[in-house]
Amino acid sequence: MLSPKVQALFEEPGCDKNRAKDEKARKKGCSKPLTPGAAAGGCAFDGAKIVLQPITDVAHLVHAPLACEGNSWDNRGAASSGPMLWRTSFTTDLSELDVVLGQGERKLYRAIREIVETHAPPAVFVYETCVTALIGDDIDAVCRHATEKLGVPVVPVHAAGFVGSKNLGNKLAGEALIDHVIGTHEPDDVGACDINILGEFNLAGEFWMVKPLFDELGIRIRACIPGDARFLDVASAHTARATMMVCSTALINLARKMEERWSIPFFEGSFYGVADTSDALRQIAKLLVERGAPADLIVRTEAVIAREEAIARSKLEVFRPRLEGKRVLLNTGGVKSWSVASALMEIGIEIVGTSVKKSTPEDKERVKQLLEDEHKMFEGMAPRDLYALLARHDADIMLSGGRTQFIALKARMPWLDINQERHHPYAGYDGMVELVRQIDIAIHNPVWAEVNAPSPFDADGTVIGERVIGGGASTGARAASPASAALEAAVPAFHFKKFAASGVGDADDC
Amino acid sequence: MAHVLHSEKAVSTNPLKSSQPLGAAFAFLGVAGCVPLFHGSQGCTSFALVLFVRHFKETIPLQTTAMDEVATIMGGADHLEEAILNLKSRTKPELIGVCTTALVETRGEDFAGDLALIKARRAEALAGTEVVLAATPDFSGSIEEGWSKAVVAMIDGITARVSPRRNPRRVAVLPGFDMTVADIEEIRETIEAFGLEPTILPDVSGALDGTVPGKWIPTTYGGTTVEEIRSLGECVHCLAIGENQRTAAEKLAEVADVPYSLFASLTGLKPFDRFVTALAELSGRPVPAKLRRQRSQLADALLDGHFHFGGKKIAIAAEPDQLFRLATFFVGLGAEVTAAVTTTQGSAILEKVPADEVRVGDLGLFEELAVGADLLVTHSHGRQASERLAIPLYRVGFPIFDRLGAQHRRQVGWRGTRDLIFDVANVFQSDLHEPTPEGLNPFRRRENDHDSRPSPEPRRH
Ligand code: SF4
Repeated sequence: MLSPKVQALFEEPGCDKNRAKDEKARKKGCSKPLTPGAAAGGCAFDGAKIVLQPITDVAHLVHAPLACEGNSWDNRGAASSGPMLWRTSFTTDLSELDVVLGQGERKLYRAIREIVETHAPPAVFVYETCVTALIGDDIDAVCRHATEKLGVPVVPVHAAGFVGSKNLGNKLAGEALIDHVIGTHEPDDVGACDINILGEFNLAGEFWMVKPLFDELGIRIRACIPGDARFLDVASAHTARATMMVCSTALINLARKMEERWSIPFFEGSFYGVADTSDALRQIAKLLVERGAPADLIVRTEAVIAREEAIARSKLEVFRPRLEGKRVLLNTGGVKSWSVASALMEIGIEIVGTSVKKSTPEDKERVKQLLEDEHKMFEGMAPRDLYALLARHDADIMLSGGRTQFIALKARMPWLDINQERHHPYAGYDGMVELVRQIDIAIHNPVWAEVNAPSPFDADGTVIGERVIGGGASTGARAASPASAALEAAVPAFHFKKFAASGVGDADDC
Repeated sequence: MAHVLHSEKAVSTNPLKSSQPLGAAFAFLGVAGCVPLFHGSQGCTSFALVLFVRHFKETIPLQTTAMDEVATIMGGADHLEEAILNLKSRTKPELIGVCTTALVETRGEDFAGDLALIKARRAEALAGTEVVLAATPDFSGSIEEGWSKAVVAMIDGITARVSPRRNPRRVAVLPGFDMTVADIEEIRETIEAFGLEPTILPDVSGALDGTVPGKWIPTTYGGTTVEEIRSLGECVHCLAIGENQRTAAEKLAEVADVPYSLFASLTGLKPFDRFVTALAELSGRPVPAKLRRQRSQLADALLDGHFHFGGKKIAIAAEPDQLFRLATFFVGLGAEVTAAVTTTQGSAILEKVPADEVRVGDLGLFEELAVGADLLVTHSHGRQASERLAIPLYRVGFPIFDRLGAQHRRQVGWRGTRDLIFDVANVFQSDLHEPTPEGLNPFRRRENDHDSRPSPEPRRH
């Protein structure tokens, strides 16, 4: 029952995971069937919007009843250096009447027209959702008509939630860009050092920590998709000489198709971690030189790398005395686990576990070598197990996304946000230092000692702590702390199962 | 008397509404040992969950029937059944509150019939767990209506029909969705001061009040118990707070013959006078001195506070009951409600809002109407309008994700009203502009209107 487009995405040849599968497994696609009553994670629409919405000057119009947009707008931390239109939420907010009378298409056209009239955006993106797919609104036709009538590109995005996961939605967003946007504008300033960055979201503005490095090397970012992008940048992306793909799973189809269609070579890299950032710079320089950029670019790049690495190392060293031996649990899918892990280990931090949910087999291998223990890798963890692990204080801090934040906090454990909603930039050399600094701040906050100390009163309210007036110990002599005994009973020991099934791994990618 | 005007626009710009199933789930979260279950695709659930977590800063149990494309077309009864059984075995809840979504409602199945069949077929497996259903498609209603539908569903499905012996001390309370943990606690304390025993449905003060439970619990862990819902018929009287709770109060009257009184608002001196009077009547006791003292403190706060409110222009965007409550509060202190925007048209309370007109619309409309106001009053999504218009925002309702402590802010009762006066007056005071010669030059504003300060330029994109 998969539509041809969705089916084709599942067969993505650029995907390592897929190449490892046999023909039959590949046909089934990579969506695991969800268990009713035990599922978590966003829908394809969610994934598509995550990828496209950071294009800042576009009006993003969600064709749906209220839920899809009303419950989710303005909730991500991408940053813009100019236009703010992307933060304005537009939805057709279909009513029962619209649905019953089949007025969806007309309402959609009117909505597009109203947006163009009031905001004059360079383009409108229209998102299909479950209900509008189900009632069969011909969004393509409406978009085509609107493009002609209004003279503004109106781009249909086919990613109704129920076709699959957030990850699939990321890819469907890429399809919309390749079908309707990229290659529709010819810039007049094409250069030999133009590159694209795909899958960089500019969360908390973190790409701005990396961009100056490129500026210094004379490398121009033709399009960073989607972080802080403008529509015309994206439309001109086909003129770049090389592409770096940052989030390996999100836009691989886009990278591969751009290579096919416009012969733009791409590689996968990351700006998280010192070694990875250097690696990324190196690879870009190499690709550009292969494609005709001046050969000295490589030497200049190495010089910048050497300089920046030295600075970063010396900044990180400062934290060693404070963080050496501290145990970190990495519970995230997107940030390249091994790269961050290796940077943390470099200053003596121990990684007690890392999620490899979104990692390629190659990445998993790297993690395994780095940690020297495959039991420290897990695919996902049920909330109960995660709570148990944290409540036993088998780690000193968890790094994860918002979804598991309160599991950590309820277990009275330090926690640091490393996903979509975070407020701190972690990319590049400075970003790694910032990450370590934030870990330090979180772990050494005095509240942990305070909230983990047992209450001086027992369940009946009797004072069992130190007396204030009488002096000495209280009558209710405290043998083994009752609080910790209760905890032992409530929280069975947890051992990492390799690839434990269904869990609250943070599905928030990238 | 306000005219209620509906929007003619096709596009909703910056929605004011949260969806109806979210409202229903919200109500179910106020029941102990409950897991709300969205009947729909997992994405809707994920969005609602994230929004709840951002607001409450708590772990929130919320599950989904995980409908995919095929199931949507073929019908979702299987998914519903599987989800209920899975939830039962994995989390052993007292209550599963099913909320339908637009996706399944568009196809339009007989959910009540399906659920009845499932319950009959799986009676053994489901023993000890109540399952109720609220029909809450996203394409109609809003958070407030979803909330009351869930309450109606619980009374309808759980409250015993045979009227048990009445307990002369027991009263039922049906609060609105915008009552915070602190509000509920205030209501409870006041009722208990009369020696009465309140059963509050739903009671978010137990589970969402920010405690640290000490072990992992996969359901809600506080709130109204299912047993209390079952025995609601023991109550001598029901106190419904907000027009939106009328249907639920009527349901309780129908099911268990419990008479009710409706209180449109508990914010303000007079409105709470009425509530306290009702309690005195029900209990046959005089109003305790402690409470009367609170009343006199509020009187003093009104005196001190009115200087800051008089003549101020207030723009409010909120759900109907909340809009009425806040608008009457501000107008009662001498302010003027110059913009009143709400989410849905249906409520009878809207005509009573003390403003010239109430517009059904979004925050885009609110931003247009609010130009020239002194204060914006709405939820956190009003922050963009506040930035662009350079008018301070006082956050109320749901969601509040960019300020801490929303659950512990009290706005009902005499004490709550006092708190609210001080809170808002302090916003005004921190937004004071020093007088300047230019600002006061009599010739400066000749050609302009009577605005006391220049109307801010909206920022252009
Ligand atoms: S699952 Fe469908 S209906 Fe639900 S939020 Fe996603 S697109 Fe909207």
